[in-house]
Amino acid sequence: MESKKSLFSRLPVISQLKKSMGLQRGMLVTGIVLTLIFLLTAALAPLIAPFGPTQRFDETQAAPSSVHLWGTTAGGYDVLSRTIWGAQTAVFVIVIAVALSIFIGVILGLLSGYLGGWLDRILVVVADAIYAFPTLLLAMVMSIALTQGSSDMWAGIFAAAISITVVFIPQYFRVIRAETIRLKAEPFVESAIVVGASTVRIMARHIFKNATRTLPLIFTLNASEAILTLAGLGFLGFGIEPSSAAEWGYDLNHAQSDATAGIWWTGVFPGAAIVMTVLGLTLLGESMNDLNDPRLRGRKKTKKNAAKKQEELVEA
Amino acid sequence: MTALIDLPAEEPALQAPKSKKKTGGSLGKYLAIRFVLIFPTIFILVTMVFFLMRLTGDPITAALGGRLPADQLAIRIHEAGYDRPLFIQYFEYLGQIATGNFGRTISDNLLISDMLATYGSATLELAINSLVVALLIGIPLGMLAAYKRDKWQDAIARVLAIAFYATPVFFAGLILKLIFSIWLGWFPVAGRGTTSTEIFMAQLESPSGIYWLDALRSGNMNAFWDVVQHSILPATALGLLTAGIFLRLVRTNMIGTLSRDYVEAGRSRGVSEFRLITKHAYKPALIPIITVMGLQIALLLGGAVLTETTFEWKGLGFQLAQYLTARDFVAVQGIVVLLAVIVAVTNFIVDVIAALIDPRVRY
Repeated sequence: MESKKSLFSRLPVISQLKKSMGLQRGMLVTGIVLTLIFLLTAALAPLIAPFGPTQRFDETQAAPSSVHLWGTTAGGYDVLSRTIWGAQTAVFVIVIAVALSIFIGVILGLLSGYLGGWLDRILVVVADAIYAFPTLLLAMVMSIALTQGSSDMWAGIFAAAISITVVFIPQYFRVIRAETIRLKAEPFVESAIVVGASTVRIMARHIFKNATRTLPLIFTLNASEAILTLAGLGFLGFGIEPSSAAEWGYDLNHAQSDATAGIWWTGVFPGAAIVMTVLGLTLLGESMNDLNDPRLRGRKKTKKNAAKKQEELVEA
Repeated sequence: MTALIDLPAEEPALQAPKSKKKTGGSLGKYLAIRFVLIFPTIFILVTMVFFLMRLTGDPITAALGGRLPADQLAIRIHEAGYDRPLFIQYFEYLGQIATGNFGRTISDNLLISDMLATYGSATLELAINSLVVALLIGIPLGMLAAYKRDKWQDAIARVLAIAFYATPVFFAGLILKLIFSIWLGWFPVAGRGTTSTEIFMAQLESPSGIYWLDALRSGNMNAFWDVVQHSILPATALGLLTAGIFLRLVRTNMIGTLSRDYVEAGRSRGVSEFRLITKHAYKPALIPIITVMGLQIALLLGGAVLTETTFEWKGLGFQLAQYLTARDFVAVQGIVVLLAVIVAVTNFIVDVIAALIDPRVRY
């Protein structure tokens, strides 16, 4: 499952790169480069960062110098190191949040779409209610319910991730439910029912595999939203504690008062990191979305579907 | 905040079969069902927030914990009734809401309705201001991008739209503050007005709460000018976020209308290009634009919380963060109820407009 998914999400990028030209190719390449920089920074943070994320220095609010390339904050943190380590925190939160919401959203969407009935109605109304409400506000309430007095890094990361998960589940739920309802009427599902496959088997094999095709795309777009939500939570003081891990939003919160005093380096760098990361992920997701010409994709899909259908028919 | 995904043109058609099953035909029935759906939305959000807030601890411990011995704390909690079973408290609260009694805030003992009116008008003012900025930036740029499709103007406009979305409002606010308040000194750093303006506003009789409107009505031009100066940076920070979405919306929809035959026909009759864009292609594109704009209300409210905190704009969002920190459930629930009503009613209005305009939706 894991390896299949990563293969699946990597292949489209390459095929779209071939399809693209001119401006679109430029946007896609920019997206790929920015996303790679973000991921590499996160992975190599211990090697690149000159200092630890929570290491404090005596010089506070020092301007950029040769020791502290991007200066230090009012709390005595090194801005460059905090910004680099912040990428790692962001990756952890995105991965946990998106994985959890895909997991729960897909299961609920499959159940709701396939079984229908009162379960479906209730889930749809609840999902719509959550979906319509401002995500950040709900995440704020969630995170305050989760982080009572917990201060270590992983507790903070999980609290932030779960808060984001709750507001993301409805999105996956909607997509998967709609696909499931569409697939339910397909001949290959009906034939599976006729052959006598159990409900669980139909949902897990026949529908799941076909309904989750669009997920990599939503994943990319949601990852950028997750970063913005995490930063928003951190900015409002409902995110990860600054003494346990580096988080861009929280650093920006403290930078607001620095800015009033004309100290620009504490805010500009973590802020630019957020913008670059979100920009990269959005450009990547967007260009993939644009390049998937519906007619082109449709033809490809039917071929794949046909092959799959045959396989499944043989298996069943 | 899924605002960034371009809505495909066939969206209403896709929804059509879904609602077909549910409603079965007439406009009246469709609207009635949509209207009834407002209530579960509000109810679900109120319920979620009620139980989530009770998980966070109680306001008395948050305010006095550590300063009072444990037994006295317990007495106070008992007096306030926070140690009773959750479900009893829950049904009691539902009963109160049903009769329109939202209670008083715990931390500063204000009537919830007064609190909502005071801070709500501040948020409304910010929302209106930012909407003006968003429309002024988003619509012309979107028109240009659609007209110059795939040219460099389009490329710049589209990259700008994504960049606006990618910039969190608090970072946009920080940059704006640094440039325009600190370095150039053109605008104040934070707040809704200078102290003298705030005092003037407090003395007004039956104020609307929207400062520039009140200042205009009372004819105090100094106060008006002061309010405008304070409004520009917050409105720009929040407006840019929405402007990106409007830009894309206008662009996508105008590309559709610009390729229509009647535009070509107009061109062949010698209608000026400017008129073609602003009248012939833009007006029909407005319908989907308006419906999607309505759905951006949630994004605007979420952004308002961050903008208000950035600029110390004392509105609902700013207060919500304060009340959450103080574990003031009554106040938080009151704000959430109001926001849920706003969101649900806006969605209902959007549905009504969509159904009136596009008959496919209601079948």
